[in-house]
Amino acid sequence: MADFETPKFREYPIVPRIKDDAMAGDGPFISRPEFDHDLGYPGELPEDWKEQTLDKMKDLLGRYRSLRVFMDSCIKCGACTDKCHYFIGTNDPKNMPVARQDLMRKVYRRYFTFAGKFFPKLVGAVDLTEDVLGEWYNYYHQCSECRRCSVFCPMGIDTAEVTMAAREILSHVGKSQKYSNQIIQKVYKIGNNLGLPGKALNGILEDLEEEVEEDTGVPVKFNMDVEGCEALLMTPSADFFAEPHIDGLIGYGKVLHELGITWTVSSETSEAANFGLFIGSYENIQKISMRIREAAIKLKVKRIIFGECGHAWRVAYSFLNTLAGPFDFLDQNYPVPQHILEVTYGAIQEGKLRLNKEENDHLTMTFHDSCNVARASRMGDKPGGQFDIPRAVIQAACNNYVDMHADTIKDATFCCGGGGGLLTDDLMELRIKGALPRMEALKEATEESGVTNIAAICAICKSQFTKVLPYYGFEMDAIMSVHQLVSDAIVMTGSEQEKDLDGIEEDTEEAKSTG
Amino acid sequence: MTGISFDPFHSVFKYNQWVGNMSAFYALLFTVAFSIMVLGLLYKIIQYSLVPAPLKIPVTPAPLTKSGVVFRLLKEAVLFAALFRSNKWTWLFGWMFHMSLFIVLANHLRFFIKDVPLTLVLLQNVGEYAAFTMFIGLAGLLVRRLYVARVKYISAPSDYLWLVLLMFIGFTGIVMRFILHTDIIAVKEFSLGLLSFNWQALPLDFPLMVHLLLVAILMILLPFSKLLHIPGLFFAPTRNQVDNPREKRHIASWAADMDSEKNKMQP
Repeated sequence: MADFETPKFREYPIVPRIKDDAMAGDGPFISRPEFDHDLGYPGELPEDWKEQTLDKMKDLLGRYRSLRVFMDSCIKCGACTDKCHYFIGTNDPKNMPVARQDLMRKVYRRYFTFAGKFFPKLVGAVDLTEDVLGEWYNYYHQCSECRRCSVFCPMGIDTAEVTMAAREILSHVGKSQKYSNQIIQKVYKIGNNLGLPGKALNGILEDLEEEVEEDTGVPVKFNMDVEGCEALLMTPSADFFAEPHIDGLIGYGKVLHELGITWTVSSETSEAANFGLFIGSYENIQKISMRIREAAIKLKVKRIIFGECGHAWRVAYSFLNTLAGPFDFLDQNYPVPQHILEVTYGAIQEGKLRLNKEENDHLTMTFHDSCNVARASRMGDKPGGQFDIPRAVIQAACNNYVDMHADTIKDATFCCGGGGGLLTDDLMELRIKGALPRMEALKEATEESGVTNIAAICAICKSQFTKVLPYYGFEMDAIMSVHQLVSDAIVMTGSEQEKDLDGIEEDTEEAKSTG
Repeated sequence: MTGISFDPFHSVFKYNQWVGNMSAFYALLFTVAFSIMVLGLLYKIIQYSLVPAPLKIPVTPAPLTKSGVVFRLLKEAVLFAALFRSNKWTWLFGWMFHMSLFIVLANHLRFFIKDVPLTLVLLQNVGEYAAFTMFIGLAGLLVRRLYVARVKYISAPSDYLWLVLLMFIGFTGIVMRFILHTDIIAVKEFSLGLLSFNWQALPLDFPLMVHLLLVAILMILLPFSKLLHIPGLFFAPTRNQVDNPREKRHIASWAADMDSEKNKMQP
């Protein structure tokens, strides 16, 4: 345990008092020059850092309408001040979204507006100093870019856009974060965030095939680098070995097998996540995205399917067509890209999957809406499909389902506390404290509705929950993958489960139609 | 009513000269202030339009059609829907202030239209009380800014001054309407004169002079201040984009340069 206290559950979710500088500090570990150089950054503070900072800011103000407008349009109404999980968990006023934006806005006003140039005190403008830059680094790495504040902002200001811009500016003056940059470098050099080489990956996938066949008697394929499959599966690399992620991967494999969709992962592009988003670098988001296009072409697939990963789905759904498209060489009968939940949900709707809900009767589930899926993407063809489809799939696989408090789900969902490039041990205090609102909502659901487990569709959420659940008195394996539930309930054609359910002599077709 | 003479020989009484000079000052002030406001706003609107939004970033769930987006923006502009969800007190005071301000502004149209249409005449009956609700709304926002620690923390001096400025504008308006009446026929001559650059004398009552001075200051400062939230609201890509990135490829100008097709692997 580190030298901080896990926040106590609040009796009522009242707004916390502000506690100045509660989270002041130096921020997460600074990147190493060798990681930075690979990403196109200098790796050290240049002598003319002040000019370069302002130049980069000017550049971004001219490239992003969001930043340009958001710097001007805040009215300081305070609507966002109690909406950030990091503020609620830490009480540090600089973690109020508007105050976080203001770290940059004060500099913007000083150097880019008439009022700030001539009347800085009046409008709260400040000079750019090394201290200010240090504060940027610290507090812009206490934002998980989850967009919750933007839902409540009357002007639609999205702090995530400001955070991304700030991180991009900081990177240009040698103040990058080690965690994100090292991971991006691994993606370029090895192919995934975890630095898992192709050989190791292949071994894991072979083990999975054996395991699934042992459990079910069905030879489900987990292909790697197999040309000519129908689909390329893009999934976060955590799905290849972390718990409960890997149980989700087994679920995708079973669903795709049952639907007769052949699929493969790519060893060179074995990562759905795109940390370029976290550091706000268009160039790196695009470079990482382009690998997906290249893998799809090389492996001659017709579809691209994404596994359970939050910001990966944001980049895939919202940006992939822009960054790496057009995808006219893929089968246009399917959305490009498609989410595995869209595949599973569609199949359930069409009656193509047999799910034995009783397998999950020992569970009472709730669902954690992952921030980037909830507020920055969609599933299916209706707005809000990103909320309804995962719930529908869970409920098709499990009899007992309860939502958490309405203020903490769907587009008002609280971040897990580890998103946006903060899932690193050097930010553990922030991660634990930032998880408070979500843990409180879970606590309420366990006490009032008997919820036993919580499902998520994001690799970061799953890893973060595994870590923080014990701090708040829950079992660490209370967190599950949505496709883990599917995996446990699915009755594949010709499987042991089918035989157990139907009896060997019975007419399986008939039983299936009633299943 | 005669035009203002700048010829000192024709101004027999010093008072008349003062009236002439002050009227001319106000006429000039209003012409300049209005121009600054309009040009400044135009400049910002053009600037916002020219800066591209390279990626699709609507906050979801978002509308799937353009008309859906119009509806979403109207809901924000007219009802302050997000603020309502966020904080009921801020919404109450904020919405009360803004809606009252719109009514008050509509009421002031009669100073710029020679033959006032019936709708405006009718509006005036309710409208004259809008100044009170505007004042109450502003007072509520000021109290909130002063006493809610979180809001106080994020407030700069200018944030208080805006509220105080608007409260004084409302207050002087109320004083003129209900206590120290001003010759509004003369005011109308003055304001109509402004439109045709045919400057007329202004009744130099103290509340009116304060009222107009503050309004002119507001107009001048508007394009340099957080009052830019007026155009800003409609330019937020988080709210004004259609949710259709898979169906329609979205490419912004500078991003298109980086997207040169020749660099892309083709099947």
